[in-house]
Amino acid sequence: MARTAARTVRAKLNGIEVVVPEGTTILEAAEKVHLKIPTLCKHPDLPPTAACGICIVRVKGTNQMPRACCTPLEEGMEIQTHDPEIVEIRRKVLELILSKHPNECLTCGRNGTCELQRLASDFGIRQQSLPSIVPDLPKDESTRTIVLEPRKCIACGRCLTVCQELQNVWALSFLERGIDTRMAPAGDILLADSPCISCGQCSAHCPTGAIFEYDETERAWELLRDPELHCVVQIAPAVRVAIGEAFGYPPGTNLTGKLYAALRYMGFDTVFDTNFGADVTIMEEGTEFVKRFQDNQGELPLITSCCPAWVDFMEKYHSDMIDHFSTTKSPHEIVGVLTKTYYCERKGLDPAKVRVVSIMPCTAKKYEIQRSDDMFASGYQDVDLSLTTRELARMIKQAGIDFSSLPEGECDPMLGLYTGAGTIFGTSGGVLEAALRTAHKLLTGEEFDALEFQPARGLDGVKEGKLTILGREVRVAVAHGMGHVEDVLDRVRAAKENGDEPAYHMIEVMACPGGCIGGGGQPYGITDALRLQRAKGLYTDDREREFRRSHENPYVQALYSSFLGKPLSEKAHRLLHNSYKPKPTYRR
Amino acid sequence: MAKLQKDELEGIIQRHRESSRDWIAVGMGSCGLAAGADAVYRALVDGARERGLEIDVRRTGCLGACHAEPLVEVQVEGVPKTLYGHVSAEWVDLILDSHVQLKRVVSRLAVPEIAERLTTCNDREQPEPGRQYKIVTRNCGAIDPESLEEYIASGGYQALRRCLSELSPDQVISEVELSGLRGRGGAGFPTGVKWRLTREAQGAEKFVVCNGDEGDPGAYMDRSVLEGDPFSVIEGMTIAAYAIGASEGFLYIRAEYPLAVARIESAIRSAKLAGLLGKNILGSDFSLNLEVRLGAGAFVCGEETALIASIEGKRGTPRPRPPYPSVSGLWGGPTCINNVETLANLPPILSKGADWFRSIGTEKSPGTKVFALTGKVRRPGLVEIPMGTPLRTVVEEIGGGPLPGRKIKAVQTGGPSGGVIPANLLDTPVTYEDLAALGSMMGSGGMIVMDDQDSIVDITRFYLGFCVEESCGKCAPCRIGGRQMLTILERLSEGRGTPEDLEQLRQISKTMKAASLCGLGKSAPNPVLSTLRYFPEEYERAIAPAKANA
Repeated sequence: MARTAARTVRAKLNGIEVVVPEGTTILEAAEKVHLKIPTLCKHPDLPPTAACGICIVRVKGTNQMPRACCTPLEEGMEIQTHDPEIVEIRRKVLELILSKHPNECLTCGRNGTCELQRLASDFGIRQQSLPSIVPDLPKDESTRTIVLEPRKCIACGRCLTVCQELQNVWALSFLERGIDTRMAPAGDILLADSPCISCGQCSAHCPTGAIFEYDETERAWELLRDPELHCVVQIAPAVRVAIGEAFGYPPGTNLTGKLYAALRYMGFDTVFDTNFGADVTIMEEGTEFVKRFQDNQGELPLITSCCPAWVDFMEKYHSDMIDHFSTTKSPHEIVGVLTKTYYCERKGLDPAKVRVVSIMPCTAKKYEIQRSDDMFASGYQDVDLSLTTRELARMIKQAGIDFSSLPEGECDPMLGLYTGAGTIFGTSGGVLEAALRTAHKLLTGEEFDALEFQPARGLDGVKEGKLTILGREVRVAVAHGMGHVEDVLDRVRAAKENGDEPAYHMIEVMACPGGCIGGGGQPYGITDALRLQRAKGLYTDDREREFRRSHENPYVQALYSSFLGKPLSEKAHRLLHNSYKPKPTYRR
Repeated sequence: MAKLQKDELEGIIQRHRESSRDWIAVGMGSCGLAAGADAVYRALVDGARERGLEIDVRRTGCLGACHAEPLVEVQVEGVPKTLYGHVSAEWVDLILDSHVQLKRVVSRLAVPEIAERLTTCNDREQPEPGRQYKIVTRNCGAIDPESLEEYIASGGYQALRRCLSELSPDQVISEVELSGLRGRGGAGFPTGVKWRLTREAQGAEKFVVCNGDEGDPGAYMDRSVLEGDPFSVIEGMTIAAYAIGASEGFLYIRAEYPLAVARIESAIRSAKLAGLLGKNILGSDFSLNLEVRLGAGAFVCGEETALIASIEGKRGTPRPRPPYPSVSGLWGGPTCINNVETLANLPPILSKGADWFRSIGTEKSPGTKVFALTGKVRRPGLVEIPMGTPLRTVVEEIGGGPLPGRKIKAVQTGGPSGGVIPANLLDTPVTYEDLAALGSMMGSGGMIVMDDQDSIVDITRFYLGFCVEESCGKCAPCRIGGRQMLTILERLSEGRGTPEDLEQLRQISKTMKAASLCGLGKSAPNPVLSTLRYFPEEYERAIAPAKANA
């Protein structure tokens, strides 16, 4: 939140004097002086919903007990954050919430990561003092990407804030009122029939097990246990800098080598890297851009399409943009289809006996692998299974792997060796930056000297930049978080309607704030600080790579020279591209 | 009516006086209609026509004596003005033949004891001790609510004229501040202060909102005013809009009040045609548009942030304050939300002056308060009393005391958020502070009398059940706490309580009061706490005897 006021407020918290900018909440001020006020509904990444009432504090000299999460500190306020009565009230609120929450911790996916469980533990609650009034509500697994289990919902409202305000999707809402209030798709329909784009941000922000990724770890073990199958795995860029959080590493630690090793240990026969697919995506998409920019073949701006939640959002809400979309498939689909064609040919493997598993920071990828017939370009389902970072972390634990003492491993380079351009796909702005590195070369024959395109970096919801190629101004934009995309598209439409020059030449859009590093399948507790640390991990990886431009990747070059021919060739088109169609917002 | 200028109001009053002749008025508020006033009205119109009588048969609003509906008032030259009660269509011929034609009062139908209690601020500058005094309901039952002319003739729009021609917005606010008027919706926040905060708030567009989402069980003060004197509310809103600098306003009225909505919509149309709404009101450069928005039956939408969400088309749930609506309300604009009764107070305050208003009521609670007096009294109805009047006066003098052979046990004020006051505290004066000190509250004006046949535990279960039903479900303490308390009260009212239940009730009550987000949740435990305090013996009796050898 931008605070323009330079004015400060002086107040006391438990007798400790604080001076904070005007508008700072009591909760934020308390954090500055290392006072921990317990909260349940407040997520550090989201504006307060003020739903749970656990963060109440006392204003000395009044009978007010405001919520710390949403009450700004005022000049001269004296706040007491803890006293026996406050603790008693917080405990009672917690007991009330627990009375309407199933006592199923041991069999819940959030066992150990549940925020309600942690609070109950902190408060030392040892018995249920109130009768259980858990409603009998059905699970909704209809999307096969995220699962709604409204029985476990504590009505904190985070998922609604995410779905409505952050993502502007409006799939989730509260239905009914009072004790019957429940989180559900608006209109009380199945999630699969709703406008849900499977971004999974709700699942990444849910404090309990009420919204959870569609867990396919069992299915993955089944594939790995089948002696007939050759199991191929690939990891997305953003996974490597986030998975460490599940094993106690500082956020942003790049664990690519350990991941390769762990995946082999788990039984995967071949370990590829989605970053290689990203390099191929750039070859195709960069060439698409050149065709549109230089040869006037196709609409400008070119809009990126590697985020399946964004593709779904576009097809549902902005299908007038279809012609602007890059037809290039997303990197993991490219690795999938190339595995079952190119790799199988080279290795003499029967693609019918090959299974491709993607480890993604994303829940929407679970949807993407069967999105349309284009996802079966190899003659088989190109990617068989897509797991989130969180699922992989659980599998590593289930496999009994001591992750921190694991030696670093290597990938299989044929579809695994990657450039710096591929790795930054995982952060907002990275696809655009990677595309510029290659498009410049394709257009001018010369390397882009400004490798790092700063305007594309950072966490502003909409980022704009300009550069000059061949004496022409190239206008680019990056949007992340679906709530930010409308403004950018409106500018595109306005320019079109007025017959002006295109507002932009290229736009990168990612559904999740921060891009894939902040994906809906990533470890819990996302904040902007965490997003920046994860992004930093990828930018560091980029700088340390031997090659930083996709077209320099020797294995990409080999792929084209020995198999695909050139970008946008007939074969490339058949395997690496896909099409879009308008979709109703509601399926029924 | 053509667009009026400031100096044209007197002419209307004059013409109305000259044209005034004999009339019969039928109270046709919802209470009258429910009792059959429509049939009486039609019989009177037909009867007068058949007899060829030169008499106006008028429709008015609620006179307040709901227990004696249908009420018919007759004014014929040469006969004292007479109020008749419990009139059915069969009695119409008698009234027309005897009173109108023979000029003889039908004494068996007359209700003089009601008529003499209906003193209004139009009749007297000051209330009489122990009697009702009508400021807010001054026109209810006296004028045709659909007639702008009658409203103007009874002194209407003098206040707006004064504001627009003599007072700056700042001076209007000062006058309201001086009057000491406090919000009649329940919390009693000073109206002038609310206005000043809204006026001083930064914002391109400001709004006035009339909160007509009256929802307390048994309360119908706002409905009666909206039905009986809609122009008064509109004039009040117009003054408020002028004072705070708004040109757009909404009346949020619950959809279950179809007559109130119809009367307000009719009044808005008439006021627009007469240049009292719309562009350049009374020829000034001040403009205001008013629109009606219907509430869909959620009690919590009376809470101002929930009301705003509802008008904006969102789910009606409260949000944390600050920011208060006076700073950031409808669509983010500074918004002044006043209750119906508050608004109806404004025309008299601004035409008679702040000093006059201050002279009525008590120092901290000036003016009057309207109550919907219901329950176990002989004369239930709508009453308006000066602040500071003892509860006993309301219940015993105005309400006529307990039903034959019964004893008053308690009085519940403040609706579901209020408390239950035992009979031994009936000498408490009705003010914001005194009621709060007893663990109850002024609230919007519901007053339910209970006698020795009523079970306190049952009554408490009823009120809590209402709040549980109406909880929006947004915050955990109210959503779950209310439900858990209700389970306990259900057990108690069946005589199956346990000794631990009372302690659990106290603990959850305390938690809800401290940790609920809005007024609904914070005050929902009030009936429980006040009855635990005043009627512990009834709870003790509700605990099941411990089983031997259990």
